[in-house]
Amino acid sequence: MQSGLFELLSPNPPGWGGNLLRGLANSLLIAVGAFGLGNLIGIAGAWGKLYGGPIVRDLLETYTTVVRAVPELVLILLLYYAGTDLIGRLLEAFGYQRIDINGLVAGIGVLGVVQGAYSTEVLRGAILAVPQGQIEAARAFGMSPCLMLRRITLPAMLPFAIPGLANLWLIATKDTALLAIVGFNELTQETRQAAGATKAYFTFFIAAGVLYLAVSLVSNVFIGRIERWARRGMPAVAGGGR
Amino acid sequence: MRNMLIKAAAAAAFAVVGAFAASAEPVKVGFSPEPYPPFFSPDASGNWTGWEVEIINAICAEAKLECELTPIPWDGLIPALTSKKIDAIMNSMSITEERKKSIDFSDKYYNTPTAVIGPKDQTFDATPEGLKGKIIGVQVSTTHAAYVKKHFADAAEIKEYQTQDEANQDLAAGRLDATQADSIALDAFLKTDQGKACCDLKGMVAEDLEILGPGVGAGLRKEDTELKGKINAAIKAIRENGTYEAITKKYFDFDIYGG
Amino acid sequence: MTAISLPVSVRARSWLKPHRIALLAVAAGLVVTAALTMRWDWLARYWDLALLGIWRTIWILVVTTVLGFLLAVPLGLAQAAGPRYLALPARVFCTVIRGTPLLLQLWLLYYGLGALFPQFPWIRQSELWPYLRQAWPYAVLALTLSYAGYEGEVMRGAFAGVPRGQLEAARAFGMSRWKIFRRIWMPQATHRALPTLAGETVLQLKATPLVATITVIDVYAVASKVRQETFITYEPLLLLALVYLTITGIIVFLFRRLEARIPSRLG
Repeated sequence: MQSGLFELLSPNPPGWGGNLLRGLANSLLIAVGAFGLGNLIGIAGAWGKLYGGPIVRDLLETYTTVVRAVPELVLILLLYYAGTDLIGRLLEAFGYQRIDINGLVAGIGVLGVVQGAYSTEVLRGAILAVPQGQIEAARAFGMSPCLMLRRITLPAMLPFAIPGLANLWLIATKDTALLAIVGFNELTQETRQAAGATKAYFTFFIAAGVLYLAVSLVSNVFIGRIERWARRGMPAVAGGGR
Repeated sequence: MRNMLIKAAAAAAFAVVGAFAASAEPVKVGFSPEPYPPFFSPDASGNWTGWEVEIINAICAEAKLECELTPIPWDGLIPALTSKKIDAIMNSMSITEERKKSIDFSDKYYNTPTAVIGPKDQTFDATPEGLKGKIIGVQVSTTHAAYVKKHFADAAEIKEYQTQDEANQDLAAGRLDATQADSIALDAFLKTDQGKACCDLKGMVAEDLEILGPGVGAGLRKEDTELKGKINAAIKAIRENGTYEAITKKYFDFDIYGG
Repeated sequence: MTAISLPVSVRARSWLKPHRIALLAVAAGLVVTAALTMRWDWLARYWDLALLGIWRTIWILVVTTVLGFLLAVPLGLAQAAGPRYLALPARVFCTVIRGTPLLLQLWLLYYGLGALFPQFPWIRQSELWPYLRQAWPYAVLALTLSYAGYEGEVMRGAFAGVPRGQLEAARAFGMSRWKIFRRIWMPQATHRALPTLAGETVLQLKATPLVATITVIDVYAVASKVRQETFITYEPLLLLALVYLTITGIIVFLFRRLEARIPSRLG
């Protein structure tokens, strides 16, 4: 705490604010990437769990159970080291050059796989919540499965899925902090470095906390809007409002 | 047919991931992204500076290698090297027999004694008797961690930290009675305001070549003999042409290469 | 849940379909391959330490969930029915805890507070100092607050969800406020929260390895130690994943037993 608070947190080089903001940008980039990848896995996973064959279903069950039971930290270490090693070895086995997977891509991949397991469950629950009659009606009109997915299932399940997905987004923003353990330059790691270099641990950890909180609060505002949009035209759920 | 399909899939994966990969083939030099002055320090614009950073640049320039500093946490450096995530470790890593079981080393590029520091209001020396009943902090998987386990484990309680900076921090906070590390790194800490206020040098530990090793070298994969040859030649060259001395003078008033 | 009423033999048969046997065989093959081709010689040397680590993980989990739940009850109550001057701080607390990463909270408590100690020399003379010097109180505090923050939100919903008629009926019987809380409100709210409680406890288990970053030696720290000392990368992590899977299984099983013991007819 040798120098003033504002000098330390100033975004221009003698201050470390710029480092924190760069870290925040990296965190958000990873969160967006992981959330997107997670939802792609989730859509495929939910589809597989509901309509897939017995083997697909059991494999997906194993995936979601293991990911939801093992700490993210352990999964990140396993996937970060083993995953990239495995891809490298596979490429070599097929006669390609080993490629270098940078921290950003690895981080998105690892957190995406974790998010995918939760997303699978959220989307599966949401699809199941769509009244059966709507799907039967669509089928009775002779809709193709593709058209049915696009026009009926996806829009109808959205209101049920959004609270769960919103929660997953908030988890994604916070889970990026775990990548500090594998040395990726996201917000928590940048904070740790700034704190270590200046010895102003308290100041920097509080500052980072404010940034994370701001992300959560801003997200909540948007989530509220999206939820209202997705529920448009639906009858108000008793006691559902907050 | 099946084989072709797999190959096609691998090719597709390669194309996707390849888009993110750099096109050239730089030598990836792994280091732990933690403040370790005066060898490695982050600055406020997100760059790394310090004696070792400059030496790495000098060695790479001399060997005509395109080097890329790659941050990997300290305890992940050796696994990252063996799994080819990085190609070399240059992070004040001592050459030891234990590490040589997994990886190879270049020749040393510096060697300094090992010190113990502690709070000002306590007097003791860096011996098992002096450290009796104390709590001593070290960084995980360092030569110092191995040293305190062998020499001080019976006398003192040992606490292991992810970074040396965190051990220094806990010493200043009063949670530790002592920390053992490289004398130059500890000296840099004692010169900070925080270090000046809390702590002083308690002494150098007794030599144990088997554990502390003959000095700091670049960690390399055992099969990478070509890179080893290039780096050894470059270390020799910068020692002879004065580059090493010029960089060292900026940071120290003595030669840290050691005898 | 109809499976529960089926005879055991039928359940076993419906579970052991042909493809499951094939999948189990593949899984068993993988386990055998792992056992034969990977390195497990370190196990004997670290066995005692691993058991100690597992014990510490479970200890931290149990202590912080119990303390966290005790803290979550007033937090939930304040938000659901408390006056504004209690509801607002409780809400802010839950928002802050839920809006920031636990890792950051932990480092703020441990290193952030630690950095302030030298400025207040009297702390080192205080009677709390022997505890403040160690790492586990910070770990327990951070995890307790975190659990309280998440569970406080759940309890808010649970308290608010108890039908008003029940509380009014209790009041009509002349029960005191404390008795209503103890006999009617609290048990019903807890029962409503029970299914989420199991999930939150598993999440809490998954948060425990973070304490290793502030020098507490839990089972994760032991696995890291093995990795650092032997340079074996994957084997300790795989075994560690198995340990967490097992503990999760036990938690889920215990909560199922608990839920089954409480009659599920709500008024």
